[in-house]
Amino acid sequence: MDWTLILDKTILIVIIFVISLAIAAYSTYGERKIAAFLQDRIGPDRAGPFGLLQPLADGVKFFLKEEIIPSASDKFLFIIGPCIFMMTALMTSAIIPWGKPFHFGDHEFTLQVADLNVGILYLLAVVSIGGYGIMIGGWASNNKFALLGALRASSQMISYELSMGMAIIALLLVSQSLSIREIVEMQQGFHWNVFYQPVGFLIFLICAFAECNRAPFDLPESESELVGGYHTEYSSMKLGLFLFAEYINMFISSAIISCLFFGGYHFPGLDSLHMSPNIAATVSVLVLFAKIFFFIFFFMWVRWTLPRFRYDQLMRLGWKILIPLSIINVLATGAWLTFFK
Amino acid sequence: MNWVEMLYLPAIFSGMIITIRHLFKKPATVRYPEEKRYIAPVYRGLHVLKRNDKGQENCTACGLCAVSCPAEAITIEAAERQKGEEHLYKKEKYASLYEINMLRCIFCGICEEACPEDAIYLTDRILPSNYNRNNFIYGKDLLVEGIKPEERIDIGMRKKHYEMDEKQGV
Repeated sequence: MDWTLILDKTILIVIIFVISLAIAAYSTYGERKIAAFLQDRIGPDRAGPFGLLQPLADGVKFFLKEEIIPSASDKFLFIIGPCIFMMTALMTSAIIPWGKPFHFGDHEFTLQVADLNVGILYLLAVVSIGGYGIMIGGWASNNKFALLGALRASSQMISYELSMGMAIIALLLVSQSLSIREIVEMQQGFHWNVFYQPVGFLIFLICAFAECNRAPFDLPESESELVGGYHTEYSSMKLGLFLFAEYINMFISSAIISCLFFGGYHFPGLDSLHMSPNIAATVSVLVLFAKIFFFIFFFMWVRWTLPRFRYDQLMRLGWKILIPLSIINVLATGAWLTFFK
Repeated sequence: MNWVEMLYLPAIFSGMIITIRHLFKKPATVRYPEEKRYIAPVYRGLHVLKRNDKGQENCTACGLCAVSCPAEAITIEAAERQKGEEHLYKKEKYASLYEINMLRCIFCGICEEACPEDAIYLTDRILPSNYNRNNFIYGKDLLVEGIKPEERIDIGMRKKHYEMDEKQGV
């Protein structure tokens, strides 16, 4: 084993870990601010300038809160639930290409933890495991609201994973590769997949909302019906882990949407600028993050626009509309590739 | 519904446009302790028991305010002014106890209208919250304004011109 490789990957993993957590923390702040602005309010502005220290205050509060484990709960599963959710949320970031490689002399520093040739399969697998975190957490709480939330979460995730997979299959037909880096490289210039797969993008986007349990698909934790949903019984940092993991999920799914459909770290004219490789790499990272931030904003924007679905509407949309639509999309893409290319 | 409406996407899109427009609107928030809302001259807030220019309490414990009070929030006990207290009370009779139950008070301002002695006024101050019901019964310690000029509470806004003229005997 090459030591530089291990060192490279360790550094990269630590950086991505820190960035994910920082973005998750500041997403909570961003969420509250954007919610406030969209509702003609100001939002948090007491902790630090413009309330910028609010996430820090929230974090400290989470750590200082009393840790309550319900006596009727299954303690082991109760603790393992948020851990699984958080772990899977962080694991998905491994396959995302964050930018062009940096060059230090002869050494090439790739900004991707693992360039798996089955990257998308890995993604789907890890996202599915994430559902277990919610299910186990809700089940172990021994609370009817938590159980209902967990049931909803699991059925919602299973329903929407299908059409998400179908949308990705159509994308794979176009890109002919499962590696996310290759998919990104193919979208060089302005050949973004969203122009070739608009329906697929729409399905993927809707499913991403459902997988992240974000409004309008936030039935697992619908406050008005289920108290707190699957995390009703959770307190202190275990609740913090659930909430954090949700924001990390949002961050990662924004990154994946940008990579799969919006050219990842490419933007039109990146290669015609003739920058030195390291500057080009920096710019590419910034471009990817700009896209990610746009999608995070989009997630929040949608949350404060659309009301929550009713449960039967959710199932109807998933099974009767999105799945047939995604199958038609796969067939149409296949036909297009066979007869017109 | 035609098929375009069935898609829901145009409706979602127009909804998104509406919310994004609010991003650029001015927030309606008033940051309370730093900024204060405009309070109209006719605003009826916390009561004050006035003193006259010499620092004597105007209230003579006639009880008209307590009688007129529709919420029966006012309790008055009268007492006779003793020798040596002339600098404190305007007339021979004064209120030894004057309590307003702020939880009963409806801030209608009828006590103010009933008062013949220019003693009680409603001000633009806001009744503060409290943890204890007993603390909402305001006695003379909280109602009567201070003697020093800087402790006086301005009620110029509430005094109507005809009222001031009338009471000054014009």
